[in-house]
Amino acid sequence: MGLLTFKKGIHPDGRKDLSMNKAIQDLLPKGDLVFPMQQHIGAPCDPLVKKGDRVFVGQKIGESKAFVSAPIYSSVSGTIKDISPRLHSNGTMVLSIIVENDNTYDEVQTLIAHNDYEKLSKPELVSIIKEAGIVGMGGAGFPTHIKLNPPADKSIDSIIINAAECEPYLTCDYRLMLEKSNEIAIGLKIILQMFPGARGYIGIEDNKPDAIDVMKKACVNLSNVEVTPLITKYPQGAEKQLIYSITGRELSSGKLPADVSCIVQNVGSAYEIYNAVVNGKPLIERVLTVTGEAIKEPLNLRVRFGTSIDEVIQAAGGFKETPVKVISGGPMMGMALSSLNTPVIKGTSGILCLTKQQAKLEEESSCIRCGKCMGVCPMNLNPTKLNSLVLRGKYEDFEEYHGMDCIECGCCSYACPAKRHLTQTFREGKRTVNINRRKK
Amino acid sequence: MYTVSSSPHIKSNDSVQGIMRDVIIALIPATLAGIYFFGIKAFLVTLVSVLSCISAEALWQKLTHRKITIRDLSAVVTGLLLAFNLPAAVPLWLPAIGGFFAIIIVKQFFGGIGQNIMNPALAARAFLLASWPVHMTNFTVDGVSAATALGILKEGGGKLPSLMNVFIGNVGGCIGETSVIALLIGAAYLLYKKIISWHTPVAFIGSVFILTFILGRNGFMTGNALYEIFAGGLILGAFFMATDYSTSPMTKKGQVIFGIGCGVLTTVIRLYGGYAEGVSYSILIMSLFVPFIDKFTAPRIFGEVK
Repeated sequence: MGLLTFKKGIHPDGRKDLSMNKAIQDLLPKGDLVFPMQQHIGAPCDPLVKKGDRVFVGQKIGESKAFVSAPIYSSVSGTIKDISPRLHSNGTMVLSIIVENDNTYDEVQTLIAHNDYEKLSKPELVSIIKEAGIVGMGGAGFPTHIKLNPPADKSIDSIIINAAECEPYLTCDYRLMLEKSNEIAIGLKIILQMFPGARGYIGIEDNKPDAIDVMKKACVNLSNVEVTPLITKYPQGAEKQLIYSITGRELSSGKLPADVSCIVQNVGSAYEIYNAVVNGKPLIERVLTVTGEAIKEPLNLRVRFGTSIDEVIQAAGGFKETPVKVISGGPMMGMALSSLNTPVIKGTSGILCLTKQQAKLEEESSCIRCGKCMGVCPMNLNPTKLNSLVLRGKYEDFEEYHGMDCIECGCCSYACPAKRHLTQTFREGKRTVNINRRKK
Repeated sequence: MYTVSSSPHIKSNDSVQGIMRDVIIALIPATLAGIYFFGIKAFLVTLVSVLSCISAEALWQKLTHRKITIRDLSAVVTGLLLAFNLPAAVPLWLPAIGGFFAIIIVKQFFGGIGQNIMNPALAARAFLLASWPVHMTNFTVDGVSAATALGILKEGGGKLPSLMNVFIGNVGGCIGETSVIALLIGAAYLLYKKIISWHTPVAFIGSVFILTFILGRNGFMTGNALYEIFAGGLILGAFFMATDYSTSPMTKKGQVIFGIGCGVLTTVIRLYGGYAEGVSYSILIMSLFVPFIDKFTAPRIFGEVK
């Protein structure tokens, strides 16, 4: 089978060499742990504990009654020190539970381990996954149980595991595949069990040939699973682009993957599904990449949620030089942090520290109409046109020119020689349109 | 406290200045050829034109309290292209006026870089040709009056230069259009650096080639198409002017339509019009259609069902 891909996109410098050969290490936090009650898309959780309570590893400390939400578990044992708003990696203050770590890691078994997972029904599996607090591990943090429970009228024929890891610098999915390939395969098997008749695909960019090999080996006995090598190109791992690359189906505006009979799960989510169902472990930690030119010893770490980013950076030897930007996630879609005093949460796929040289902070200049943005936009939009519409406040025209279809991948801003803040204005445009829609 | 900004956090190494620098590099062979064939006078005209464009841009931005952007080198490109469209024999005040007209009237009045609706160098050439037609059509070299190849084709009189001389540049004409080989070297560089794509030049030159052969100066299917595409300013116009970002379509399909439109107009002007050369007017006219072409060649949005 040849390499699969989508149209347009960019080829940024991968920089995965910094950390790709570092095996995943465990980091045990020393300081207090901060658990924001919002680590997912959907309703925030309500604290289930109060100040002074003792908690255990794997104890549920936050939950919401809303359908779209995911419970939060303590990753250490210790005492609840405080419940108050704290700085979240998205830049806002979010109600958080602060746990003083007693360093004993006393555990409590919350979920039941199911070695006989093959006997579980779909509703049982969905409920385990929901209870385990699993969300999309790629960064967006959409609750996994909702994705696995599409409306009854949508037939699902393809389960796609997103292992493209198209963001430069990040290597956590790559390491997870090398080290946990069988567990990931079981995770996919469990998902496929929920959708009889569907085929599984594991999409991996061809810059990770050893990951392709180990996943092929791990899936050799799964006749309904195919490892699909993809051309290394950003944003190969964007949901719409990945579905197109693998199935040739185009997801039209406002539609969900289930509308084209697909479900896309991040490779980390597949691993966590295995962990929850087979081991009975709720989601309390994740693998992330600490990297960037400003980091002394870039590496891949398994970090318990709530650990401060400062501690994570210390675990990587600290800074080689003072970074200009510290980013939660990858360089293309990650969020810049103002402070290291924020916790690792479910969606933290990487801590990227860029020096002045990499984080080019150039002033924007006028558009010269070179058309590069149009040449790279994977959604086939006209970014320079949309940019001027937002800047002139013409939000209706912004919609008319399909601005709402922007996936915010950042290709246009990356390619723009005039360094225009294209993606940024589209975020603003989309937000304003959504606010105006709600007003109506 | 670290810098916080919207993603993406890394950018390509491309810059406006880098693009303009590449265009300037691509224009160097043709500049040298112009100086070689037309002498020191060609150098002086080029120098005055470039300096005039840079000063006009700096002066205008200073007077209007804007950021001075001459470092982006776009004014240098305009200056070079303007000189390329002038005969070497023009008095030196002519490129000086042309540079100011190009930068202030055509470029800055419309909002500066990327906003002008016509190529500044071409519009300035049209302005100079209308205002000082005698100077602008005086192709005297070393005191010897020389007609252009296209002029001879149109008006007759004089011996038509050989195809080889036209290709090398040993003919009368404007400074920059003379040497086809020098222009093609520069064009190859721009294509290699992906500053321009093949769409506009191939559509433009290809349609002139086909149409002049079919329509022919001496009747149906009699045209000397190869000679026609190398004579005059077609190679210069197709690779360096019709590909101007501001005044040509952004979509590939649009660029082909634009190139064909330029080719048709050039052929019509050359064969049936009052002027011997039609490249600059055809590009100027087609530039006015750019918003329409861009609108009607907009690509289908991913997932959109038409």
